[in-house]
Amino acid sequence: MNARRTLATAKRVLLQLRHDPRTLLLIVGVPILLVTLLRYVFDDSPAIFQQFGPIVLGLFPFTVMFIVTSITTLRERTSGTLERLLAMPAGKLDLLLGYAIAFGVMAVIQALAVSAVALGPLDLNIEGSVVSLVAAATLDGLLGMALGLFVSAFARTEFQAVQFMPAVVLPQYLLCGLFIDRDQMAPLLRDVSDWLPLSYSVDMIERVARDTAITSELTGDFLIVLAFGVGALVLGAAPLRRRSA
Amino acid sequence: MKTKRTTPAVSIKDLGIVRSGKPVLSDFSAEIPKGKVVGLIGPSGSGKTTLMRAIVGVQRIKRGTVTVYGRPAGNAWLRRRVGYMAQTLSVYADLTARENLDYFSAMMGARASETKALIADLELEDCADRLVQNLSGGQQARVSLGVALLGAPKLLVLDEPTVELDPVLRRKLWQRFRRLARAGTTLFVSSHAMEEAEHCDHLFLLRGGRLLASDRPAALRRRTGSLTIGEAFLKLVGGNS
Repeated sequence: MNARRTLATAKRVLLQLRHDPRTLLLIVGVPILLVTLLRYVFDDSPAIFQQFGPIVLGLFPFTVMFIVTSITTLRERTSGTLERLLAMPAGKLDLLLGYAIAFGVMAVIQALAVSAVALGPLDLNIEGSVVSLVAAATLDGLLGMALGLFVSAFARTEFQAVQFMPAVVLPQYLLCGLFIDRDQMAPLLRDVSDWLPLSYSVDMIERVARDTAITSELTGDFLIVLAFGVGALVLGAAPLRRRSA
Repeated sequence: MKTKRTTPAVSIKDLGIVRSGKPVLSDFSAEIPKGKVVGLIGPSGSGKTTLMRAIVGVQRIKRGTVTVYGRPAGNAWLRRRVGYMAQTLSVYADLTARENLDYFSAMMGARASETKALIADLELEDCADRLVQNLSGGQQARVSLGVALLGAPKLLVLDEPTVELDPVLRRKLWQRFRRLARAGTTLFVSSHAMEEAEHCDHLFLLRGGRLLASDRPAALRRRTGSLTIGEAFLKLVGGNS
């Protein structure tokens, strides 16, 4: 690993995004729009917004970063730039960490913007600190990034890459405890949900919303989500081979 | 009397490559001498790109060896000394020419000042700050070539570098290749345009994954009694089939 190459990669990814203001606007604007909609759809029952608002705040970065990363990586593969980089002294870790830094920055910006709107004008209340909320949302973004990187290895075209979103992300939505408490699920589904990262990320955000203090359970959730993210990154690195057929 | 033979820049022995079940190169052996411009000529589908990828070290090979400057192709030492320009553009279309060169220069470990020199050298000053996707085909090709030139590589592997270029630029590019070779760089350049072959010191004629001939352009013409390399190629193909 090499700090210069890692930072150069992070800077390059951010420059690409800067040249694409529409994507930037979508990354930040769409979550704000959706969380605002959520607030007014449940205008008559504010308790529902108070319950689901924080969870949704964690789902946005996860979903958006998943899509952005899987498409970016696929493009890198099909345009020949990945092969060119791997024919250079650059290591896989330089690329992966560079990606993680760049998308991490994006996740922080997104989390800050959505949290500001949700906690401000939309009157969402959380017991925990704003820092914990933003940290949790950012970690969710990084988890989405790592999973997106991993699944992009299985996509040959952008069509396929986009279809991986419903395939990988939507089942986790259903099983993560968003629609029904995980304890009330059928035992089999409950067991499956124990193995899905989004279950822990929802748990984590719910704790931030509920508890004032940073409990050991919260730290535990944070570490589990982090471990899933690192695991997906390692799996995502495996298909980045220098030699291909 | 024995003349001391210098070791070649690239030495390929009994190379065999299979892609999706089909042999692309079989029993391929050849040497590329140092400091020369060696052309790889052959129709599309003859295995030119696969051979170049094997030399760069990004191609999975089935048997045989590819040695570059005494080391196995693609090893860490070589990765900072071999410049590769693939047929696909292989630069970021959503970055400017300068940003591309800056980024790849950092990845290559090249000096930051090189970007500026290359932009001037490749006559990209007027479009250096425009996004690559908005440049003409010839400008895009020069950005990609610029990336391959970063870090002053000892060996340049260029896959159809002149394909998008007009005759004036094409001529300039071959002059540049000549200057680089004079300065000691080894160049391995593929083309499917037979008339470009005359610019090379040495030619590999490739057909169906086999080396049809390996010789100097003049010798090839003389041997086959042809006026052009294109004619020589056709005669060699006729004699082989």
